[in-house]
Amino acid sequence: MNTTTINGAAAHHDHDHDHAPAGIMRWLTSTNHKDIGTLYLWFSLFMFFFAGALAMVIRAELFQPGLQLLQPNVFNQLTTMHGLIMIFGAIMPALVGFANWQVPLMIGASDMAFPRLNNWSFWLLPAAGTLLIASFFVPGGAIAGGWTMYPPLFMQGGIAYDMSILAVHILGISSIMGAINIITTILNMRAPGMTLMKMPLFVWTWLITAYLLVAVMPVLACAITMLLTDRHFGTHFFDAAGGGDPIMFQHIFWFFGHPEVYIMILPSFGIVSTVIPTFARKPLFGYVSMVYAVASIAFLSFIVWAHHMFTTGMPVAGQLFFMYATMLIAIPTGIKVFNWVATLWRGSISFETPMLFSLAFVFLFTIGGFSGLVLALVPVDIQLQDTYYVVAHFHYVLFSGSAMSIMAGVYYWLPKWTGHMYDEKLGKLHFWLTTIAFNVTFFPMHFLGLAGMPRRIPDYSLQFTDFNKIASLGGFLLGASQLLFLYVVIKCVRGGEPAGNRPWDGADSLEWTQTSPPPYHSFVTPPLVK
Amino acid sequence: MQAHSDSNVYYVPPPSIWPLVGSVALLTLATGFVLVMNKIAAGPYVMTLGMGILLVMLFGWFGTVIKESLAGKYSKQVDSSFRWGMVWFIFSEVMFFAGFFGALYYARNLAVPWLADTQLLWPGFSAAWPTAGPGLKTVIDPVNAWGIPALNTLILLSSGATVTWAHWGLQKGNQRQLKLGLAMTVALGILFIGFQIHEYAEAAFSIRDGIYGATFYMLTGFHGFHVMMGTVMLIVILFRSLAGHFTLEHHFAFEAVAWYWHFVDVIWLLLFVFVYWL
Ligand code: HEM
Ligand SMILES: [Cu+2]
Repeated sequence: MNTTTINGAAAHHDHDHDHAPAGIMRWLTSTNHKDIGTLYLWFSLFMFFFAGALAMVIRAELFQPGLQLLQPNVFNQLTTMHGLIMIFGAIMPALVGFANWQVPLMIGASDMAFPRLNNWSFWLLPAAGTLLIASFFVPGGAIAGGWTMYPPLFMQGGIAYDMSILAVHILGISSIMGAINIITTILNMRAPGMTLMKMPLFVWTWLITAYLLVAVMPVLACAITMLLTDRHFGTHFFDAAGGGDPIMFQHIFWFFGHPEVYIMILPSFGIVSTVIPTFARKPLFGYVSMVYAVASIAFLSFIVWAHHMFTTGMPVAGQLFFMYATMLIAIPTGIKVFNWVATLWRGSISFETPMLFSLAFVFLFTIGGFSGLVLALVPVDIQLQDTYYVVAHFHYVLFSGSAMSIMAGVYYWLPKWTGHMYDEKLGKLHFWLTTIAFNVTFFPMHFLGLAGMPRRIPDYSLQFTDFNKIASLGGFLLGASQLLFLYVVIKCVRGGEPAGNRPWDGADSLEWTQTSPPPYHSFVTPPLVK
Repeated sequence: MQAHSDSNVYYVPPPSIWPLVGSVALLTLATGFVLVMNKIAAGPYVMTLGMGILLVMLFGWFGTVIKESLAGKYSKQVDSSFRWGMVWFIFSEVMFFAGFFGALYYARNLAVPWLADTQLLWPGFSAAWPTAGPGLKTVIDPVNAWGIPALNTLILLSSGATVTWAHWGLQKGNQRQLKLGLAMTVALGILFIGFQIHEYAEAAFSIRDGIYGATFYMLTGFHGFHVMMGTVMLIVILFRSLAGHFTLEHHFAFEAVAWYWHFVDVIWLLLFVFVYWL
């Protein structure tokens, strides 16, 4: 996948509208993948802080046993909306932002395949975000039954429940259109010579992620449509009195839900697989096996959904099937971890901020994978289901996995996007604060879960106090450290040392043949890839 | 009538207001719908406003696309982007229906038998299909598959044939056959919708009648909605072919609608077998 361009750098020739249009209309009406990518990333950062603020309140309430700050119902609203917004508002849009910026640049395309549709995919997000945030202020408050929206609890809430269902519908439309755009771009707009197996791994991971999105977002739409009709139009999908079954919702939801977690991690794999070879100054070890591993993870993700439902009373044969299928995922995941480590082996490694985040990713994501494997064991999961162990698991894969790989990607590509180097000292400080605070926050949750502390409950019994205090303190530090991230990003956007075309000497994909920042319209005529 | 396009440069449209209008439309529509469901008086007005904005957006956006297409801005590569896009869009629709078929399967073959096995909750309930469930006393008298549904199957299958015939016309350069085939397809589509409305009006059960009513109306309802969308798209295509927009090389819009129509057709066959017949 070594991409040498013949005329890539010279590809930018005069074009009548090569400068960005001025003012607010530039952002509202944009058809430029870079502008839209920027919009996605800022939106995601905003939602990250919004949902993060909810988490701060959650940790404040859990600082000591008893009810201090919140009514239980409000507490439940916070946990629910924290999860929902982090997933749909922060992680997913950030990854789509990366796709927007990087996919065309990395395959030598002039833009996304459908630039106007691309803009729509973005501008649907604030529409949905408005509904979600407004739902806190309607009578009864926001949804409180968990981000998984299980009936029958979900049948009982007020107007916010309908708002959230429609918000998720809008998010779904946005994701599907975005995914179709990405697939089409990758399949149809690669520069001449860029065969599929020469694509940077990041592009591969997004191709497969986009496929997952198109396959499962409609299924989520289907599940929440049934919720809506059960609530308002008299259907009995999830009501046993009418011959329906609340468990049926869980099956449909998790058929979406498990691929969804891979939607949030596969592009992260792509980012890490880009960063590690750069700073190890060696090509990625086992490129082909990486591609096959991503593809098989995607395939397996469709047949493991019921590992979220081991305690719902499914037949033993079902439990066994889903247990073994889930454990199988560890194989391709292990291949990836092995390849990252093998890439490092005998590399001439340097530790810039993106590399630090990527190394932490490899280490911490693996811990999350292991706790997933523990949860995949039926007899163990029956103990651990709905405890803090699960919370620990998914924060290791989602925060130190997805979120930290996003940070790695931001530091890695900020010089390309802005034309300036970020402040390396502050970046490193942000890294250490984040990594340490993250572990202080979430590692104790393993112990809490093993000791039986249930998740989604605002109060707890006294023996859990110490670990909760530690987790809360870590949480506050983790939250505060992200303000530093914001500061570093803003500082870098505003100015800094000029980055030059290729600030990382180990980087070899097409975007580094462009100036930093790249011209408003890059690769207007496609480069030739050898 | 197609201008020549520079095959080396992919057409990137200038900034456009329509996506933003579309977002405002969906936000308004969703807000209105929430209000309607919660019986708040402003609801219908807000929803109507949302629909209005959506229509403006659709006309504006598609109008722009058609203009660009006629101006020859779309190279071969753009054309194949459209094709990929449509294929994946249809795939997403397939998955949407798959979800509801999955629900039908689960309810009929798993949930209802389990309910009958557990004699604790509703003693005396025995599994049968159709059922409105143990808690509702309704007895369901299903629609006879070999009445209107069979007729509708015939209608949709023939419409699939007429649209293919229209396509052959286009490929042979026979514009008359194209227009005639499309007109017949539209007519059959409208006929189908008419029969479907008639069937709903005559049906002895409603969407409120337990899991059978729910799955029946959800599946046939969403399908019917897709037939309506498809028919509208066919009408647009018919007018465009009357205006002579389609040529041998340039007729992606026609093919997209034809693919969509075949997709709707296949879904109907599944509905006929699994909802009406078996
Ligand atoms: C080796 C790979 C993995 C395995 C074996 C695994 C296994 C599991 C299992 C068995 C559960 C259910 C626990 C329970 O509720 O009792 C679970 C929950 C969860 N996992 Fe994973 N997982 C893996 C990777 C991931 C990844 C990569 C992500 C996201 C990036 C993820 C996100 C989640 C989330 C969000 C939940 C909790 C859902 C909820 O109930 O709210 N997992 N995992
Ligand atoms: Cu899972």
